[in-house]
Amino acid sequence: MTSDTLEQGATRARGGRGRKLSTGRLGDRLFGISARGSGILLLLIIAAIAVFLVAKALPALKADKANFLTSQVWNPDAAEPRFGILQLAFGTLLSSLMALLLATPVAIGIALFIAFYSPRKLASGLGYVVDLLAAVPSVVYGLWGLQFFVPKMASVANFLNGNFGWIPLFGGDSVGGQSILTAAVVLAIMILPIISSISREVFFQVPQANVEAALALGATRWEVIRMAVLPFGRSGMVSAAMLGLGRALGETIAVAMVLSTAAGISLRILKPGGNTFAANIANTFGMAGNTGRGALIASGLVLFVITLIVNMLARAIVARRKEFV
Amino acid sequence: MIGTRLAALGGVALVGALSLTACGSDDNGGGSGKPAASGDCVKSTVNAAGSSAQANAMSEWIKGYQQSCAGANVNYNASGSGAGVQAFTGGQVAFAGSDSALKPEEHGPADARCKTGKALDLPMVGGPIAIIYNLKGVDNLQLTPATIAGIFAGKIKTWNDPALAKDNSGVKLPATPIKPLHRSDDSGTTDNLTKFLLATAPDAWKFPGGKTFPAAAGGQGLKGSDGVSTGIKQGDGTIGYAELSYATNGKLQTAKVQNGAGDFSEVSSDAASKAIAGAQVSGQGNDLALTLDYKAKDGYPVVLVTYEIACEKGLPKEQADFVKSFLTYTSSQQGQSILSGLGYAPLPDSILTKVQAAVKGLS
Repeated sequence: MTSDTLEQGATRARGGRGRKLSTGRLGDRLFGISARGSGILLLLIIAAIAVFLVAKALPALKADKANFLTSQVWNPDAAEPRFGILQLAFGTLLSSLMALLLATPVAIGIALFIAFYSPRKLASGLGYVVDLLAAVPSVVYGLWGLQFFVPKMASVANFLNGNFGWIPLFGGDSVGGQSILTAAVVLAIMILPIISSISREVFFQVPQANVEAALALGATRWEVIRMAVLPFGRSGMVSAAMLGLGRALGETIAVAMVLSTAAGISLRILKPGGNTFAANIANTFGMAGNTGRGALIASGLVLFVITLIVNMLARAIVARRKEFV
Repeated sequence: MIGTRLAALGGVALVGALSLTACGSDDNGGGSGKPAASGDCVKSTVNAAGSSAQANAMSEWIKGYQQSCAGANVNYNASGSGAGVQAFTGGQVAFAGSDSALKPEEHGPADARCKTGKALDLPMVGGPIAIIYNLKGVDNLQLTPATIAGIFAGKIKTWNDPALAKDNSGVKLPATPIKPLHRSDDSGTTDNLTKFLLATAPDAWKFPGGKTFPAAAGGQGLKGSDGVSTGIKQGDGTIGYAELSYATNGKLQTAKVQNGAGDFSEVSSDAASKAIAGAQVSGQGNDLALTLDYKAKDGYPVVLVTYEIACEKGLPKEQADFVKSFLTYTSSQQGQSILSGLGYAPLPDSILTKVQAAVKGLS
């Protein structure tokens, strides 16, 4: 059953290329042109962004006296500009991946609850509230994080340090609990609605026949979810998580406000430390001189490439998973 | 490049046309000593951008200016000094606020923007940088510049360190570890603090001065003066730096700092004004770039001065009149007098008279 519907879907999706695009009538031709035009326009915009970033970054990169990829210092406006992205890349990836780890299980739990467990009335209300989280501006998350959440995290950090300080991740002290873990938790809350609402939509797509068949075999509700829902929704959940990761990678102002910086790379997630591409740009762009701006744009280019790679990976995963279902 | 040039040409043409049609009615801007008196009031809107350190002063000035000149407005975008200078050079704003005077490499492009004149650095508001701390049981902390440098460089690690004990004889200091906090964003405050440390404690402060706090010095970076003062409040044993208003609003403890005469001076607007009086003008002509005397004999020595960067000549007439009239107000006694209530330091008379003369020369 499942494979049937999917195959039909696949032929429909792929068949487009083989079939004639137009019947030759005016409306069809116009639609074809405008659709193709939109596609080309999008490519042009992406290319323009890339060209802009490269053109602005090159002069600064030429002036850089340190290795741009492996250096950890960021001092582009000094008489002898030295800057590199290693610390930024590390902080960006670490905080985003931690946010993804924290957010995905919760988001999928919410989506499952809304789709299968909660009463109808509650489900629509709850779905609305989760989507509302996405509408909160990120500076509000930053303010909330700084004024309310950070002090609370201080006691969490103390607890973890006191009881699990021997784990290499913990140990270390940060004033007011402003650490990369705090930033990751704030990021997790911010990417929750994206992952949850896409997963929810995917779960609503599960063919009713599959669910009914499993129920008819005597499966419990959890078994239905495990056997019929999760396998069907796997590619959807992966792409939802990747979209969330994309948002976490690029998130700027909330991280800039919540994260406290310190020099160097460290896996100790409760210490002050780390910095992210986006937060660094937000923090230093206003005061930056010419070389500083170029350096920041160069770091933006790296973020652009990382996001591109993440999206391509996500597509690859989704495409591969499709075959197995 | 071509685009901006075309836009600039268009702007010049437009403003030229406008000022032609308005000819004769607004020709009485001839710098009467009175600030923004109804006579030299230019009812238009001008865009400005730059330093966030002077944003509060600017918004008070705009309010004050509007009281005598209804219909006039300044859109001040506190985007940061670097962005302000960039916008000024690019011709997007009529004047810019900056925490540091134009650097030699910035002066050329800025002069080019002003076409017939030069770009001037006009000091407009000063301010003390408070050394703020949070330490239970210690209220009257006194610090020498060398101790401050040692703390921020990570050399002095506990509050009962001998250096601190020497500065505070008779005070019982706890063995709490010191947690130094600094700005994670680039800032004029950091620039002036590090320059102060470089000038007064070169043995203890081995890092360059600049807008970015040197990462090698260690410590914990937080965003904005707001972030630093919030951090101070949250942790026992912390020390950091911020403009005075943040210390006052957050009810934080401030340390007394030793000045050039060897006295420990309490931070205040007046004490900062006294220290700024020792500054030397390093710019030429009406360009009033200052070299601050961080070893000033009098007053509180950790200070910053923020500038307005404006064209001496060469702006379209209406804009030029507005800038002149507005800066006449900000540099007047009346304009300066509202500053101390906001945690800024009014310019001392010795410098203020030079600024007023320079503003008079704008056209």
